[in-house]
Amino acid sequence: MDPVIELDGLEVRFGGRPILNRLKAALTGRSIGLLGPNGAGKSTLINTLLGFHKPTSGTARIFGRDIRTDARAVRSLIGYMPENDSFIANMSGVRFVRLMAELAGLPPAAALERAHEAFFYVGLGEVRYRALGTYSLGMKQAAKLAQAIAHGPKLLFLDEPTNGLDPPARLRMISLIQEIRDRGDLHLIVSSHLLRDVEECCDEVLILKNGNIAAFCNLEEERRANKRFLEMETRGESNGTFLAAMEKLGCETAPGVQGRFKVILPDGLEVRQLYELAAQQNVQIRRLNHRRDSLEDIFLKAMEAEGGLTAAGQAKAPAPPISEVRSGGL
Amino acid sequence: MAVYKKTYRPYEGALTASWRRLLVIPRYAFEDLRKSRFLTIFYILSFIYPLIASLIIYVQHNASALRLINAEGAQRMISINVSFYMGVLGWQSMLALFLSAFVGPGQVSPDLSNNALSLYLARPFSRAEYVLGKMLVLVILLSMMTWVPGLLLFGLEGYLEGWDWMTANSRIASGLFFGSWIWILVLCLLALALSAWVKWKPAAGGLMFGVFFVAAAFGAMVNGIQRTNWGHLFNISYLIGSIWVKLFEGENPTTSGAVFFRAPQGETLPIWCSWAALTALALVCLYMLRRKIRGAEVVR
Repeated sequence: MDPVIELDGLEVRFGGRPILNRLKAALTGRSIGLLGPNGAGKSTLINTLLGFHKPTSGTARIFGRDIRTDARAVRSLIGYMPENDSFIANMSGVRFVRLMAELAGLPPAAALERAHEAFFYVGLGEVRYRALGTYSLGMKQAAKLAQAIAHGPKLLFLDEPTNGLDPPARLRMISLIQEIRDRGDLHLIVSSHLLRDVEECCDEVLILKNGNIAAFCNLEEERRANKRFLEMETRGESNGTFLAAMEKLGCETAPGVQGRFKVILPDGLEVRQLYELAAQQNVQIRRLNHRRDSLEDIFLKAMEAEGGLTAAGQAKAPAPPISEVRSGGL
Repeated sequence: MAVYKKTYRPYEGALTASWRRLLVIPRYAFEDLRKSRFLTIFYILSFIYPLIASLIIYVQHNASALRLINAEGAQRMISINVSFYMGVLGWQSMLALFLSAFVGPGQVSPDLSNNALSLYLARPFSRAEYVLGKMLVLVILLSMMTWVPGLLLFGLEGYLEGWDWMTANSRIASGLFFGSWIWILVLCLLALALSAWVKWKPAAGGLMFGVFFVAAAFGAMVNGIQRTNWGHLFNISYLIGSIWVKLFEGENPTTSGAVFFRAPQGETLPIWCSWAALTALALVCLYMLRRKIRGAEVVR
């Protein structure tokens, strides 16, 4: 699959200080999360891809177009929802989105139509004629999303899309992002320091730390892999026999205390077969959990690793001079 | 598609040409300006002087009209010459300064005060195009006030006097056109630069006047204290006036500039100094715009 974004030794320095440190990656996912603590370089990466900052060395390509030499074409493919407030205070919502759509190249009539549609889509249909300066924070966030999608981009940059939103507004924003993602018409880059947002919206995650790529993981593969890892708690007199029987089926087991143990299922073995085996051995399965190596675990491992690159939550050290990742495995 | 179908859909229609996107900004700006009754009235009133000038030209060539008002002798008193056109240009240019002080500060500052600039520049729309788009608003408004009526008056006089007069006075036409453009460019750059740096519109408007009048006063002070003429370099109206004199009359000037834009004879500086000072002013304005008009602020 052709990469959506290809970072080719991308380096950005401000005043001699490296902000992005020769990043090298090829991102192919439908929805890619950019994670990292404050100051990791997430917004700088987005701003550089948008052409706001000039790379000191290296380059990046979006849908194969170089951001250095083909910036205009790159920006015509992008919708951008910035982190901070971005609006013209005394302009009505729908007029503002129409203006932005026209600047993106839509004819006036089409821009007006799509501005109305975008406002209804983000749930601001009733307030679209009000001045943007009078909007609440949640409404401003939604209006930013409306202007980002009105011109029908192929790639949508969402920089901290749930910033400052209360829980209901956050849920609405997340569900909108999920809906856009699931339609499959465009690719998403979601930058956030909120792990839950990224976990709920993205299928790939790029974790930045101090301008380096600290980790890259495919959340979908992680979730699939975690399904093979079980934690069990049983009651019965023949636990030992049960363990032996499971091992005969190809499971790897690690016994704990009080009937608790961990199991890695081999490919092809279903959990239902374990229940059948337990019934044969007269063992009660009282608890059975899939291990869930959450994004938080992956993130924390990446942060703990000394500048190293981790994949799927596994730390690798030492850090390579050029951070290099490729989607779908390292 | 009806708006009740609340779903996202990609855009598959045709896109406009790049140059047409440049005109989007003036179109929206004019829609906003039209809402201001004060500006609309001011703009309409600014055409009174050219109307009076056109009446003067008409009457000067119409003996029967003069007889009607018992003013046959007035024909000899009115002369349509360089001073007449410079007067028109001077008045209109002063009104242009007022208009740009009202309109200019509202151009860039609303985009900067709430960070909307990043949204403009995240589209296939460059910084230069943004500045040009904003400049176009003022260029169109100020052109309609300065060289367009000036050339119409020149055309009217030429029509009434004949082709020979037009060819003999072609320098007036080129002076009206190029002189206006120099003034318009100075006003546009200054208004946009101040608008980019001063977000409070009344303050930015006030600064426009400050640059013209306070700087002129400072220049006069320098002249007085140092017993020199070089203080005129701070006086934009002097600089413009001296260039106008050159454009209208060449090497043998008979006037000392236009009303409000005087370059007193005997206090003249080499013309290249005026050009250099205006170029420096334009470069400073462009630098100020370059610093402020960007998609993202860099905190070093």
